Amino acid sequence: MPLALFIFLAALAIISSLGVVIQRNPVHSLLALVMTLLVIAVLFIGLGAVTVGFLQAIVYAGAIMVLFLFVIWLLNLQVEERPVGHLALKFFGAIAAAALVAELFLFFAHAHPTLAAKQLAPGYGSLASLASVLFKDYLVAFEATSVLLLVAVVGAVAIARRPGPSEPGASGVKTGAAS
Amino acid sequence: MIELLIGALKAIIILLLALNLAAILLWFERKGSALIQDRIGANRAAITGLGKKLGLPNLGFVNTLVADPIKLFTKEDFVPEGADRFLHSLAPFLALFPVLITFAVVPFGDQITIAGHTIVLQAASLDVAALYILATIGIGVYGVALGGWASNNRWALLGSVRATAQMISYEIAMGLAIIAVVMTYGTLDLQAMCHAQGGVWFGWLPRWGIFVQPVAFLLLMTAGMAESKRVPFDLPEGESELIAGYFTEYSGGKQACFMLTDFAEIVLVSVLVTTFFFGGWQIPWLYRDGFHLPGGAMLAMPNLLVAILGVIAFWVKVVIFCWFQILIRWTLPRFRYDQLMRLGWKGLVPLGLLNIVATAFVIVLAGGAH
Repeated sequence: MPLALFIFLAALAIISSLGVVIQRNPVHSLLALVMTLLVIAVLFIGLGAVTVGFLQAIVYAGAIMVLFLFVIWLLNLQVEERPVGHLALKFFGAIAAAALVAELFLFFAHAHPTLAAKQLAPGYGSLASLASVLFKDYLVAFEATSVLLLVAVVGAVAIARRPGPSEPGASGVKTGAAS
Repeated sequence: MIELLIGALKAIIILLLALNLAAILLWFERKGSALIQDRIGANRAAITGLGKKLGLPNLGFVNTLVADPIKLFTKEDFVPEGADRFLHSLAPFLALFPVLITFAVVPFGDQITIAGHTIVLQAASLDVAALYILATIGIGVYGVALGGWASNNRWALLGSVRATAQMISYEIAMGLAIIAVVMTYGTLDLQAMCHAQGGVWFGWLPRWGIFVQPVAFLLLMTAGMAESKRVPFDLPEGESELIAGYFTEYSGGKQACFMLTDFAEIVLVSVLVTTFFFGGWQIPWLYRDGFHLPGGAMLAMPNLLVAILGVIAFWVKVVIFCWFQILIRWTLPRFRYDQLMRLGWKGLVPLGLLNIVATAFVIVLAGGAH
């Protein structure tokens, strides 16, 4: 990936992620977040992790952010007229942010710049290499994670579901034929 | 330099082909609906009455193609009171753009060799093309979702909510269908899929995907029609309930953009079905050196002619599937919303999962797994 392109994309990612926190309108914030995720996906692709980049675009930008949009709509979030929160919170927030930036600077000052120039193995980042890592090297962990996610999904549905009219706990309200 | 020029040319060609087909579909749809409803249609727009003066019989085709864009682009571009002006203007392009860039990975022909340059007829030879398609289709939701929200109109917002829910529900079925297809061919590259569909079984049956993945074809066709929000899946627009759904508050060029998106999506679904299941640019029994008919007869042909025939065959198949979608649109009534969700989540998704499991079993039993 050419350096100029990398700097352009990195600047775009920073600007759009700043947009997420600066925007007052929740939908505008969400759009800025989508843009950040897409720019990062392009960075992934440019740096050789092609499959991860596309999965990022599909899963995060294409699916999860749409659910965020739904949450914003369903909670009917409005534009924040003035910033909320106490002065003390803002003060400590600023200190914490400054500490994080300082830590990052220290970390990158001591990082080895030669690591980035390492030659990539042929086939690096392809679907085949990713699949062989997931389904050969870490098969058990991968399957256990998927079962965990499935349990979480079933649990969320079980909690969110209203009991039907014939089940215990129903309020006795008759619903239509569509129930 | 010349490579760059060829690449740009290919990108422009596929984009123009897709856009023009989408525009022609506008007339196609009117004529098709007239045909199905047994009436005369799309013959009344006569610019300056020129056709009549010259005694030409029916200029409905030309006039629809010319009159419609002129009408739409000269209308006032109206933004309603209290709307989010920026997003209201952005949304139509956010809807159209992802559909158009999807055509970049579509192989619309085999390779041709001109003056020592071998040109693969595909704008971008991406080896993860199937993932790219899923990504662009996923991003396409935002235009529709934000169009209704930015309009400051409750009917439009309801249309957006319906459209978004429908699109993300059917995207899953679409993804499952594509996974089965990818497993069958063992590649994500659409050009490689087309190559894999060359040749014959039993000496006469073309090796098209439809014969090995009929279930995936049904899934992709159904989910694709739901994605393009066509009747019987046009609940986001539901005129009797929501005026016009998410583009109620749009007029002029932006409205045209949303319309073009719908038609471009029809073309896209047809293109995907053709590539995955009907051989793409393959013609039965036609190889790079000519026809090899089942009886053993052979008809030699120059390479260039074979490639051009392939390109024509591809677009003929695409037009057939566009016509098929219009046929369904004017035949079936609209679903109820609960029926739509039941079909998506309780019908197509389990069927897609079963299809993947069955495909995996067959591949392993046939010893195709590496």
